[in-house]
Amino acid sequence: MNYELMIDTFPKLLGGSYITIQLVTISLFIGFCLAIGLALLRLSNNYFLNFFAKTYVFYFRGTPLLVQIFLIYYGIAQFEVVRESLAWIFFKEAYWCGILALTLNTCAYSSEIIRGGIQSVPFGQIESARSTGMSRFLLYRRIILPIAFRQALPAYGNEMILMVKATSLVSTITIMDITGIARLVIAKTFSPVEIFIAAGLIYLTINFIITRLISYCEFKLTPYLQKSE
Amino acid sequence: MDLELLVLGDTGWGDEMLRAALVTLMVSLSAMSIGLFISIFGTLSKLSNKIYIRVLADAYTTIIRGIPELLVIYLLFFGGSNAIMGLAKLFGYYGYIEINAFIIGSVAVGAISGAYSTEVMRGAFLAIPRGQVDAAKSVGMNKFLIFKRILVPQVLRYALPGLGNVWQLTLKDTALIMVTGLVEIMRQAHVASGSTYSPFTFYITAAILYLILTTASNKVFNSAENWANKGVRRA
Repeated sequence: MNYELMIDTFPKLLGGSYITIQLVTISLFIGFCLAIGLALLRLSNNYFLNFFAKTYVFYFRGTPLLVQIFLIYYGIAQFEVVRESLAWIFFKEAYWCGILALTLNTCAYSSEIIRGGIQSVPFGQIESARSTGMSRFLLYRRIILPIAFRQALPAYGNEMILMVKATSLVSTITIMDITGIARLVIAKTFSPVEIFIAAGLIYLTINFIITRLISYCEFKLTPYLQKSE
Repeated sequence: MDLELLVLGDTGWGDEMLRAALVTLMVSLSAMSIGLFISIFGTLSKLSNKIYIRVLADAYTTIIRGIPELLVIYLLFFGGSNAIMGLAKLFGYYGYIEINAFIIGSVAVGAISGAYSTEVMRGAFLAIPRGQVDAAKSVGMNKFLIFKRILVPQVLRYALPGLGNVWQLTLKDTALIMVTGLVEIMRQAHVASGSTYSPFTFYITAAILYLILTTASNKVFNSAENWANKGVRRA
């Protein structure tokens, strides 16, 4: 084991974590907003909306993320129409393709988590909110969504960690995140084990921080479960 | 999209893609088996009385579940052949040794799948009421008989839904083995799209093949769950 090399490459890898964190936050944020909509479509009584949401989730959960990334980055370029249109400015950049793939992917998983949360809201609470004359929007804003978020938080924490891990796949389409930089350094130094271990440590740290944050939020959101002094 | 690229036989890539799907299935099956094998020891270690064994098992599941799958595969792919070559040097062999990509891929994905299976199996084990084991002891069953008649049938019942999820993860993780050069679905699609300049055609074919594999295995797991739950009374 060459510890000196590990310590030397650490700052370089940390530079890559900037891109990793960027990818994670952007795709999680957009993905989450879209996921709320998708979950509502999935729960709607309209057959077509429901079918659309079901098919979307089926496709994105049934195929590996790597296929989705390649399909967007390499696949779209097959069509001349796209290459000649304005959209090409977007699709020719690996960075935006990576973000698009990650966003669509996390949207599918999160929508299922949110759906589970919404369905776990006891019907009595919805009924009593209706009986006080709340409108549909108010009902969602004050009753259903807050309870659903609290219910879904542990599962969503897992999804966040899965996303941090998933960003390493965009290194295959030339984005220089932690894994991308690790591969670059390995190509120069020929010592894969040390550098991959250093990269793994950074991912572990990021995920550790996320689990701590999530359990802190859980603690804050469930005051009724804590013992009173 | 040019569908003639996908016909079976010499002119198209259809048969190559199907063969690659078979390789994906084989790698997933062997990875899952390796994972289940690991999970038996993982579960027993996590429930052990000795603290250092518990810490070891916890470290394994935490590390594997905390770092990206791609890194685990790279690490075992490069580290594995380095380690074997180092071992060979002790015996006086100085040449380059390349481990079979299929074996390395199965072991790498198996190690990942093992960490998830361990957590599933541990949960299933803890779901069995302790009173049943006490009752079995009181009628004079020995350890092996308790394991066979009380624990295994029920662990299977509780663990099957979770193991179904692990199987889906494992199946999708095998796509990452393409970086080792093993010709499974992703590698084949990559090669084919490189030589025909039709990436969309081949990656969408790959996606459909994965969808078929995941849907079909979902059906298998559902019927297995029904079989394992046949003794359970339903309201």
